[in-house]
This record gives sequence, C-alpha cells and structure tokens, in this order.
Amino acid sequence: MNRSELSLERILWWGPGLALVLILAFAPLLFTDFYLSQVITKALWLGIAAASLIFLAAYAGMVSLGQVALYGVAGFTMANLVEADGGSAIAWNPWVATVAGILVAAGVGLFFGAISSRSYGIYFLMITLAVAVLTYYFFGQVTELSGFGGVNNVARPGIVSNPVSDPQNLFYIALGTSAVVYVFVRYLARTPFGLALQGVRDDPSRMRALGYNVPLLRMLAFGLGALIASLAGILSVWWNTRISPGSIDLARTIDVLVIAVIGGLYRLEGAWIGAFVFTALDNWTRGLDIVGQRFNTVIGVIFLAIVLLSPGGLMGIWQSITDFLGRQLSRKPPARPSTGPAGEAGTASNSPQPT
Amino acid sequence: MSGQAATAAERAWRSRLAAVSPGALALRAAVALVLALVAAWVAYKAFDDQRTFVIVGLNGLTLAGLYFVVASGFTLIFGLMRVVNMAHGSLYMLAGFFALELQTTLTGGETTSAFGSSEAGLGDWIIPLVVASLGVGLIGLVMQQLFLRWNQGQDLRQALITIAIGIIIADQTLANFGGIAESLAAPDVFPDSVQLPFSDLSYPFFRIFVLLVAIAVGLGLWAMIQRTRFGMIVRAGVDDRQMVSALGINIQLVFAGAFFLGAVLAGLGGVLGGTMISVDKANDTQYLLISLIVVIIGGMGSLAGAAIGALALGLVDSFGDVYLPQGYTNYSILLIFGLLVLVLAVRPLGLFGRPA
Repeated sequence: MNRSELSLERILWWGPGLALVLILAFAPLLFTDFYLSQVITKALWLGIAAASLIFLAAYAGMVSLGQVALYGVAGFTMANLVEADGGSAIAWNPWVATVAGILVAAGVGLFFGAISSRSYGIYFLMITLAVAVLTYYFFGQVTELSGFGGVNNVARPGIVSNPVSDPQNLFYIALGTSAVVYVFVRYLARTPFGLALQGVRDDPSRMRALGYNVPLLRMLAFGLGALIASLAGILSVWWNTRISPGSIDLARTIDVLVIAVIGGLYRLEGAWIGAFVFTALDNWTRGLDIVGQRFNTVIGVIFLAIVLLSPGGLMGIWQSITDFLGRQLSRKPPARPSTGPAGEAGTASNSPQPT
Repeated sequence: MSGQAATAAERAWRSRLAAVSPGALALRAAVALVLALVAAWVAYKAFDDQRTFVIVGLNGLTLAGLYFVVASGFTLIFGLMRVVNMAHGSLYMLAGFFALELQTTLTGGETTSAFGSSEAGLGDWIIPLVVASLGVGLIGLVMQQLFLRWNQGQDLRQALITIAIGIIIADQTLANFGGIAESLAAPDVFPDSVQLPFSDLSYPFFRIFVLLVAIAVGLGLWAMIQRTRFGMIVRAGVDDRQMVSALGINIQLVFAGAFFLGAVLAGLGGVLGGTMISVDKANDTQYLLISLIVVIIGGMGSLAGAAIGALALGLVDSFGDVYLPQGYTNYSILLIFGLLVLVLAVRPLGLFGRPA
C-alpha cells in the first residue's frame, strides 16, 4: 500500500480530531461560562453515556437501551448516600458515595446483563428497554429513595465547584473522564477479552463452538458498559446538582440513543460528536420559536433523517468525505483493500450481521 | 414396532435430560419454588378476605384484557414483519387524546350528569372510537408504506425509525391536544355497574365490557389467522416470506394490511383504556412498556403468548398493589421485574417464543 496515500488519509481523519481536542483543552478561554456549562460540559457527560451504548453496539453487537437507567442507578445511589434534600438521610463523604454509586451500577449492570445476555438483536433491545423503563418507574414509586420529586441539592466533592457560577472545574473533570473512557475502550478492544467480544458480535455460534462462554462474555460486556454509563450518571448529578426519575425516563433514554445514532452507532468518537450536536441544537432551538418550541419534534425529525439517509451517522458521513478527498487528492484508483484507516474501526463501521 | 418406538422415545427423553445442565435444573427448581411461594401467599390472602380477592382479581382480568388488545397489535406486526413498532405506545396515546377531543366536540363537553353517571349518547362514544382507531390505523399504514417498506429485514434500523416516529407523534399529540389527564365518557346506554353472581358485590360494567372486547378481539384474530385465506398467507409469510411471494401472492398487500390492523388495535386500546382509566401524557411510555413486557413474556409474534403475557402482567399489576405487605406496596414494580426475570431465566425467547 502506498504510504503517502495512507498518511494523507490519516491527516484528513485525525487532523480535525486533534484540532477539536486542542479547542476543548482551551475551551474555558474561548467560550462563555454559560456555553461552556450548558453545551460543552453537558455534551461531554452525555457523550460518555452514549459511548457506553456505542461500546456495546460496536464491539459486542448489543444495542442497549438500558444505559440511561444504569447511569440513573449510579446517580441515585450517590445522591442517596450524600447529604441532599430528599432520598435517604445518610451523609457520607461524596467521594466514597461516588465510588459506591459506580460499584452499585456495575453490579446492577451485571444483573441486567445476566437477564438479557441470552437474547440477541432486536430482542435484546426490547428487553433492555423494558428493564430501563421499569427502573424509571421503580425510582418514581419508591419514595424512600427518590419519588417523582427526585433528590435535590446533592452534595458534591469540594473540587467540583458550583456548575453554574464556576463551571471550569466540572468541565475539566468531564473532559478528563471522557478521555479516560475513550482510551480505555480503544485499549479494551485490543485485549483478548475485547477480541473475543468482537468474535461474539460477528458469530456467536462459532465462538461457542470454539469453547467461549458466550452469555458470560456478553454479561461481562454489559457490566463494563454499565461501569462507563455510571461515570456519566455521577457527572450528570454533579452538573444538575439533582436527580429525579425524569432524568432517566423514556425520553432521556431515547435522547442518548439519538446521540449515538447521530454520531454514528459504530464509531466511538461519534458519541461525543453526536452529544455536541444534540446539546448545541437543544440550546439553539430554545432561543427560536420554530414549530412552537417542540424540541422533541425537531430532534425526532433529525433522528429520522439520519436513520433514513445515513445509518452511519455523522461519523459515517465524515468517513465518506475523507475517503473521497483522499482518493481525489492522491489521484489513486478507488480500490481500497483494507477496510478503514483506523485499524479495527473499519470492521466496526459495518453494521453487525443479524444473528 | 412398538418396541422401537419406545426406545426412540426413551432416547429422546435421555437426550433431553442430558441437554439440561445441573445449573439449568437448579434454576428451574428455584423458579418453581418462587411460583409456589407466590401462589401460597395469594391463596392465604384470598382465604383471609374473599371480597377483596374477587374485586382485585377482576381488576387484574379486565386490565389484562386492555393489555391484550394493545399488545396483540404489537405482536401481530412483529410476528409477520419482524418490525418492532416502538411507536405503538404513541399511537395508543394519540388515539386516546383524539377520541377525547372528538367526544368533547360531539357532546359540547357535557358528558356527566350531576350524579356522576354518563350522559354521552352511544354515538358520542362509538364515533370517536371508530374514527380514532381507523385514523391511527391509517397513520400506521402511511408509516409502514413511507418508511418501513423499503428496508425490510433491517430490524434495528426499522426499530430506530419507529422510535423517531414515536417521538414525533407523541410530541405532536401533546402539542395539539394539551395532554391533561381526563377520561372519555362511556355511553349512557351502558349501566354503571353490574351485580356479580353469587355475591352481593357490584362491579363497574365498562371494565367487564373491555374484557369481553378483548376476548372477541382474541377470538377474531385467532379465527382470522387460522381460518381465512388472509390468515393462511400471514402464517405462510411468517415462515417463508420469499416462498410466498414466489407463489405469486402479493405479500406487500398482506404486510400493509397487517400493519394497518396492528395500528388499529393500538388505537382501539387507546380509546378503551381512555374510557376505562384515563388518557394521560405518560401513556406512550406506559403502553410501550406494557406491549414490550407482554410480548417478552409471551414470546414475540405469538397470539396465545400475548394472551398469557397480558394475563400475567394484569394480575401481577393489580394483586401487587394490594397484596404486598403493608409499607411495601410502593415496591410493586419489582414484582413485574421479577416476572420478567423468572420468564427470561427459563425461556429467553418467552413462553411461546421460537427462534426466528
């Protein structure tokens, strides 16, 4: 393969990403506090939630709608363990409560995984959705933990300053967490566990014949997905300073799915791209009076358009553009034996085959 | 000859035993134990207070009737087309609000007398019922023709499309019809309540009516699928779509008809539920969840499964609220969770489910 063609494509592929990371690193200097908090920080934690969905979809072939419920489990656990209005009266150290929230969410994730890991494709989607909505009703009903009023004024660790008046710290925490999640998932994909998972995605029966415990692998993957989602849950509580069943209802569940699909369901980077587009749109439509401020209708139409026109999402569109530019600039025939510029991402960009 | 048959049966039995691992056997024993404990608790409570048992049981049965009407449409669409219609709850809600709006227009808003009994004429209820159900059916048909027809077989993409349409329908319903919880008035020719036989209890008539409608819908669907040419094509289409079209049958027409019928059932459920309980802006989530749970328990695409699933969910719903120990009734949602776990632990495809 021609080296210069490869590097040109690499530049096209990675250049904008690098620029984005640079802009993000200096975001507090470039944007107003309002925009930093309401759009960028929100996009970062929503992106983590979407990343947990994309991780499962891209590497394990499991499109889960349970991620928002799981981040709710982490958020509610933490909110109940620290000082807050509503919920239980326990007042632990916020850091201890944070760790507890993450662990509980991962545990619940393993349990949900055990229920659903023997189901595939659309069945899996339905079961995770049912479990997610049940979780929403659970927190709505159980007033000892939340009730529909939710848990308000949740205490934060000292380092997380007020998200409205002083949004910088939370922004950098969310940015750091996003970076860790991204690197972790990319690393995981190359470990034997990650490779086995991708094998399960492509052909579960063959993996079973090779001696792998397929339900166990899928259950563990779901637990890991819950772990990632729980980080988003903790950040969302810090950002909102509260959590209520409304934070994890069907609309929120679908928001995260919309984000993942807009970004590109099989590209990890897409999680944050989709989240940014989503929050920016949300922020923008609030100021306009289009279709009577029905934000859900706007997002529904965009979602529909993306699913109909470009199932690969924005990352899919971007990939087509870079491929096209790469071919034009290097004046090479379009034959590309390798699937993509970024290693395993190429296989992940294809939709998994129905099982 | 018979000896051979016996050995064959024996062999089959042996292989079945061998196929069940000790872990799975323990799991099944645990499930059976849980079911036995639940049955014992219900029996104890029933013996304790028979009047409550009868009323709560009837509540469960009638609720199950409503759930069945809604979920049968969902399972019909999936069974034939492998489309998970995530907009089903939104269609339900749209029909409820639309019918309420129609009824208010027809009666001028005066539907209840000073004594609380209904003053809506039969037409004031039937016309909204028919118009809303057929209207929602048409929306379903348009949705299938415009968005789903050309990507058959891509089940995830189709589910995403129906989710998007569900968001839009639900949002526009709330935008156009307000979204205030209210009930439709049942027609005044219906009695308010009926005397239950063998007791001095009376029970709301409309709930019984919903149960009867559900039974009629179930029998009608069964007869249609088992006894008519349309049903024959549907059954053949479930098993081998390509073969059916190769035989010269226009399967697209059958798909369109089935999708229309499925959406009509969501609409019918919406109007019945709106009269029996109320229309509410949370209906879309609620009835999507109910449809999902009913078919996850019963098995996707199975009518009998939908009936069993609706029955299980309706009974757990109504008994859970009343029979849980004092102070724990707000944990009743965990029972539905438990029901789901029990079924999926033993049968990942649902009670009547079979691999696609």
